[in-house]
Amino acid sequence: MKKVKKLRKSTRSSLITYGLVILFFVIVQVMMITGNLSSSLRGQLVPIAAYIVMAVSLNLTVGILGELSLGHAGFMSIGAFAGVIVSTSLENQIANAPLRLAVSMLVGGILAAVVGVIVGVPALRLRGDYLAIVTLAFGEIIKNVINILYVGYDSSGLSLSLKSANALGLEEGGKVVLNGPMGAVGISRISTVTAGFVLIIVTLFIVLNLMHSRSGRAIMAVRDNRIAAESVGISITKYKLMAFVISAALAGLAGSLYALNFSTVVAKKFDFNTSILVLVFVVLGGIGNIRGSIIAAAVLTVLPELLRQFNDYRMLLYAIILILVMIATNNEKIKNLINRVTLMLDLKTKNDPKKGGAA
Amino acid sequence: MKKFRFQLIALALVVSIFTLAACGGTATTTTTAAGGETTTAAPDESTDGSTDGGAAIKIGGIGPLTGAAAVYGNAVYNGSKIALEEINALGDLQFELNFQDDEHDGEKAVNAYNTLKDWGMQILNGTVTTTPANSVTPEAFADRIFTLTPSASSPTVVEGKDNVFQLCFSDLNQGIAAAQYIADNKLGEKIAIIYNNADAYSTGIYEKFVSEAEAKGLEIVSTTTFTDETNDFTVQLTEAQNNGADLLFLPIYYQPASLVLSQAQAMSYETKVFGVDGMDGILTLENFDTTLAEGVMLLTPFVADATDERTVSFVEKYKEQFDEVPNQFAADGYDVMYALYEAAKKAGVTADMSAEEINDKLIEVFTSDDFSFDGLTGSGMTWSDTGEVSKEPKGMVIENGAYVGM
Amino acid sequence: MDFIAYLISGISLGSVYAIIALGYTMVYGIAKMLNFAHGDVIMIGGYVSFVATANLDLPPAVSIMIAVAVCTTLGIVIEKLAYKPLRAAPSLAVLITAIGVSYFLQNAALLIWSSNPKSYTSLFKFEPLKLLDGELTIASVTIVTVITGVIVMTTLSLIINKTKIGKAMRAVSEDKDAAQLMGIGVNKTITITFAIGSGLAAIAGVLLASAYPILTPTMGAMPGIKAFTAAVFGGIGSIPGAMLGGILLGVIEILGRAYISTQLSDAIVFSVLIIVLLVKPTGLLGKKISEKV
Repeated sequence: MKKVKKLRKSTRSSLITYGLVILFFVIVQVMMITGNLSSSLRGQLVPIAAYIVMAVSLNLTVGILGELSLGHAGFMSIGAFAGVIVSTSLENQIANAPLRLAVSMLVGGILAAVVGVIVGVPALRLRGDYLAIVTLAFGEIIKNVINILYVGYDSSGLSLSLKSANALGLEEGGKVVLNGPMGAVGISRISTVTAGFVLIIVTLFIVLNLMHSRSGRAIMAVRDNRIAAESVGISITKYKLMAFVISAALAGLAGSLYALNFSTVVAKKFDFNTSILVLVFVVLGGIGNIRGSIIAAAVLTVLPELLRQFNDYRMLLYAIILILVMIATNNEKIKNLINRVTLMLDLKTKNDPKKGGAA
Repeated sequence: MKKFRFQLIALALVVSIFTLAACGGTATTTTTAAGGETTTAAPDESTDGSTDGGAAIKIGGIGPLTGAAAVYGNAVYNGSKIALEEINALGDLQFELNFQDDEHDGEKAVNAYNTLKDWGMQILNGTVTTTPANSVTPEAFADRIFTLTPSASSPTVVEGKDNVFQLCFSDLNQGIAAAQYIADNKLGEKIAIIYNNADAYSTGIYEKFVSEAEAKGLEIVSTTTFTDETNDFTVQLTEAQNNGADLLFLPIYYQPASLVLSQAQAMSYETKVFGVDGMDGILTLENFDTTLAEGVMLLTPFVADATDERTVSFVEKYKEQFDEVPNQFAADGYDVMYALYEAAKKAGVTADMSAEEINDKLIEVFTSDDFSFDGLTGSGMTWSDTGEVSKEPKGMVIENGAYVGM
Repeated sequence: MDFIAYLISGISLGSVYAIIALGYTMVYGIAKMLNFAHGDVIMIGGYVSFVATANLDLPPAVSIMIAVAVCTTLGIVIEKLAYKPLRAAPSLAVLITAIGVSYFLQNAALLIWSSNPKSYTSLFKFEPLKLLDGELTIASVTIVTVITGVIVMTTLSLIINKTKIGKAMRAVSEDKDAAQLMGIGVNKTITITFAIGSGLAAIAGVLLASAYPILTPTMGAMPGIKAFTAAVFGGIGSIPGAMLGGILLGVIEILGRAYISTQLSDAIVFSVLIIVLLVKPTGLLGKKISEKV
């Protein structure tokens, strides 16, 4: 106990976060081996992992950088389709599925980072809701373009078209990887729960280390007071872009993981609603609170499934729960009430509720 | 930390209240496994969907019950429920239906599928729409659960899966049939097409139509697109008009079609219109001015004002229970249940068989030469081993607000 | 000639965006929140007037009044139950709550009016305006929408700039705490803002449904986003900006479709938006943000 206490608060908090993820993974593994895991929960594990990474990476933009992004699903989309195209093209070259998954995800992440730079350089000059609307616009543009994109693969390599699958002029035995609005169909599902777990750990490692590094402090300084930060010689553009691009890259990785977990993926999936969904995870988990993002992403992904027994009223209840939870966690009176209850239950630990410090 | 803790507590509190307040299913014929997310029900678990206390065959259904595509899922579900009641009243084989929402989303569809698997589904009636079908059918193929989709029409749904069958026309056939019909009956020479390029169904039919139209020597003078969110079609219609199109081919659903028709009228553009089965429903669209659809031709397998006894009785029951006129999707749902019923009877399927056993027996029946099915959406339907249905599309034209055979 | 026809339909589409954007921008300008449920209140307005005309056979004017009454009440109730408890919370929390309200309204409408779409009969049945021997047609609903847009814009500007409650609104918008100190009822002012915004949403719903006559529970979502875009385009918080932004957005959408590509219609609209914001970072008519050091 003493040793733990000696560690810096931030380090201890990070360790708890890692521990939580590892514990969850171990429990799931044990349940899987002993056959206690329902198909329903089992099927949701990889999407949950992808959403956790999405939430943590968006938290980097929203919580740490302090800029509202409404187009995070756009980066997920880039990663998803890049990942599917790479994975399909390399099916014969790399027989080892985990390796192919890693390569696909890497390409997805890099491509999303490149797009992140393209979007970030102009967008980050804007502020507040104007930046939010530009990210929303980019998300919609990405969706629109991928929706009319046709990609084929045959022995001569990849071919692209904006017209139709026939226009690809594929050879005999060629495969249409991306078929416009139909999306990618017949994806070989190589994502695994373990890959999801590894990705979460990698994401946490990157984000938590960034937060507690010199760069991270610079980014938060930019968030808290741009002018003061600039006056002490912090390059605003550099640090803003850094956070934004890392966030985009992680979303790309999550996108690849997500897409390669399903037999099909369509551009429509990564629309405004998905961006908003991830934002809900971030806000509900606490802005700037990484551990909160993880828990909120997991709980809110499972929640609509838990509500299946209510049939027609399912999504209505989901909406009500969302509103109630937002009010319960943000209203001063209720906050105080809950605080008092928790204090009574647990008087020993006292912590700092300031944002940014909780994870 | 504090913040994190009370958020968690609040979240847990609210979730548990709603979960604990569970009062089971609300739908009439459906039974839902309580706390279904953790139970791994065995296939022979006791059921409460059958009337005579005997075991019932568990049929899972998947379709969009909420969200923008909810109209299709609800129609299939309602149609299936009517068939279910009738079948169970026959007193022979007993069925139980558990229909889950997929929100027209691949991920949610897989979740729905897994929930049904936990419930002990033996046969799948689904999915209603194409994208979820593309994500669910590979699972059903791998798990060996027999699948008959009411309305997921893309050829990719059945491709390479021996236990997945379609009850509806495939997009492939629709596109080809429409082009042939237009060419054979000389309905038009210069054709304009408006299709939804964000929709797999619409794009699928469009692509096949174009290649077949070329082969038949039809001239396509204008091709324009729209997306789900579009509600202004002025540009598309003006282009068609300027290029002198004498026939407008609309491989789209009836909601956008109703907008296209009303805007064409507003700009005084008169042209022949040819639609596909998704256009069915336009006449029963509540409050729709049917004179707008006067003269519209379409290929559809089902018409709600047909006078044969089965259709009349179905439409009557549907109106009575759901206060709406059934569309093609409702009829598809109804037919799926009956097709499964007849095939199951023929194959000697019983409720105590495993899903895999049922699967093998049903594949055999569906692909056998002597199995043909008469339903609301066609008579003498047969299935090839690719999973595609073979039935005759009916050419219909709208006259005085009603369908008339062409 | 086609160009003018496209321009007219662009203005027609744009005026619908504009009237939605006016409600968005007013609520944003005063309550400083992005009310993502605005599009869904519009949907409710459309359905209510549908029920009033098609099912209850009431005259159009009455149906509009009922829609306005229902939406205004709805707006006040939503504000009281969902937004008021969050007055002191971070703006993102309110944003998420608004999204929750949006889901709630969509799914409630699904349960009440079923998923089957309904065809709306335009309430404006007078003859369309024909110009140049009938070569150009301006639909009756377009005329009504444009006129309504201008009236609403002027009225809102007058209310905000000339009346007592308008003064209170501006004060709340500037600084809530200071306004409170000056004896202004902040809560009351914000409630009134919501009431007006929701009443406007009802009118927007009637106009949207009259122009594009199909009702579905999700019909408000996309016009809502587009109108939000329009409001930002014109400079969010600016009343004339919302009007201008809305009309320009509609015109760009239609012209882009006509002369560039129907396939890339959305991409074109949003690209233009990004370019405009890069040149004018606070929108066309937005206030410059002065930084306090």
